[in-house]
Amino acid sequence: MNIVVCIKQTPDSAAKVVAENGQVSWGDSPLVMNPWDEYAVEAALTMQEEQGGDVTVISIGEEGVKDALKTGLAMGCSNAFLISDPAMQNADSQAVARVLAAAIQKIENVDIAFFGRQAIDGDMGVTAAQTARVLGWPILSLASSVGAVNGSIRVERNVEEGRQVVEGKLPVAVSVVKDIGDPRYPSFMGIRKANRATIPVWTLADLGIEAPDTNVRWPEIMNPPEHEITNEIVSGDSPDEIATILADKILSEKVL
Amino acid sequence: MSNKILIYIDQFQGAALPASWEALGVSSAIASDLSGEVLALVIGQDIKQVVSDAYQYGADQVYYADDASLKDYRPEPYTALIAKIASEQMPDVILFPTTTRGRELAGMSAIDLDTGVLPDVTQYTIRDGRILVTRPVYAGKLLVNATCDKNPQIITLRGRAFDKPEHDPSRSGEPIQVETVMAADDIQTEVIEYSTAEDGVSLTDAAVIVSGGRGVSNNPNLTAPDDLDEKQAEIWRAQQGFMLVGELAAVLDAAVGASRAAVDAGYVPYDIQVGQTGKVVSPDLYIACGISGAIQHLAGMRTSKVIVAINKDPDAPIFKLARFGVVGDLYQILPPLTETLRERLDK
Repeated sequence: MNIVVCIKQTPDSAAKVVAENGQVSWGDSPLVMNPWDEYAVEAALTMQEEQGGDVTVISIGEEGVKDALKTGLAMGCSNAFLISDPAMQNADSQAVARVLAAAIQKIENVDIAFFGRQAIDGDMGVTAAQTARVLGWPILSLASSVGAVNGSIRVERNVEEGRQVVEGKLPVAVSVVKDIGDPRYPSFMGIRKANRATIPVWTLADLGIEAPDTNVRWPEIMNPPEHEITNEIVSGDSPDEIATILADKILSEKVL
Repeated sequence: MSNKILIYIDQFQGAALPASWEALGVSSAIASDLSGEVLALVIGQDIKQVVSDAYQYGADQVYYADDASLKDYRPEPYTALIAKIASEQMPDVILFPTTTRGRELAGMSAIDLDTGVLPDVTQYTIRDGRILVTRPVYAGKLLVNATCDKNPQIITLRGRAFDKPEHDPSRSGEPIQVETVMAADDIQTEVIEYSTAEDGVSLTDAAVIVSGGRGVSNNPNLTAPDDLDEKQAEIWRAQQGFMLVGELAAVLDAAVGASRAAVDAGYVPYDIQVGQTGKVVSPDLYIACGISGAIQHLAGMRTSKVIVAINKDPDAPIFKLARFGVVGDLYQILPPLTETLRERLDK
């Protein structure tokens, strides 16, 4: 099974993110592999253990994104490629999907492309489906478990109304959620290997494509408005009394 | 030629999701600003009720595709239909509710129609005939204003961020049937089985949410059965706590949520996690029980209208967001709170 995982580098989920002078600032927090994508790497490595083959981890971004790719290598991925091109500076999701699709085609004979459900910075949640669409592959999204059966991939997926079991014929794109299982920690050997690895960089010309159109612009980044909240601590002589006062206060807000 | 707004009505087994009608309400508002008309699209099987409801919630023209191959949602044939209607009708804007299906279809349609997509929008204005949207990023820690320079402008609208329009039973129209685009054999996916969730209230649609955190296992007075090891005993205690959470939720017709700590500790399944790496929710009332308020949890629920926090630790960050706080033991507070609300609400 030839597997690709598409990842993004984001600030750590514990980062205190604020807008400063129209720019996003995350203070001293480290840039890491998008937490959702760690589950995608885990799913890919589990699939490889069952089915054999290679796992290639790819990302788009500047030189520093190699650190996130190295996390993938340290976890056990076989290869990593960085796609880096000045033309991708303000790329929208459609442009990202077209470039990822071109990279997956360049890798050749890919059976499955794994994705995390969304990136915790942009919260778009469309990259897996858009990349699949560019490739003309079926998308199995929000998978909580993944298995291979006779040339197909079978996933269990979470939707609003419950759980669904869906099969898609290879090649296929799969996005995964946390239920897939805890991402493994990089091994000592893995970290050594990752640190020594030279990660090739591809430009759009290397992928044989022109810069895809970007139609979405986001000229303004803002801190959310401060909610005017009057904090009130409810106290009383007994739990019963506190509960009664609290119940009346909740009812007085007229939200029930 | 008048402007057209196309709205995809997300439905499941013949029932529309509430966010679909909210999005239809936005479609009507945009259409009235742009002196345009609202075209609604319903895809599935046995969807007559949704089609007539679409007129009654404000659509000017409803298109529908009703076919056995569309019974189960599958993104490929659904996208093909949306792209077909969009290519024929050339709408300026295509709206979707931000449901799992709506978001996916919006993204895929954007590829087919070679345009941008703006998912999970919570506010919008119209400037020079174009839609300027506001959408939360970093799980709501920041907001961005964004636009799409090309038509159709594809936008998904967050549930509960917009009002549901009036239901007008006197409205009706002649729906137009659309033929399927993909032959059944060409569809590369198959839905093998399906199980519906037990509880009716979905977290993202819920007007009221009662959530539990790590603190729900923290009751030294509970003695777990002898045959459990330490970890199992902790989970057992947590389950007793989540029973109290569930009883309050039942009285309030609320959904049950949980913090990441509670999910990671194995108390409850990941489906109900609220936060940056779970679901982002915005109910009218959010009752946090035994949740300290890690930044990634707060990111997922901070826009709730009224937040109530019950926690033993007076320094818990959750209290800063809480309209009402109780510094106390949820095991002591929840039972009388549930009883009092049951009486007051006459349940």
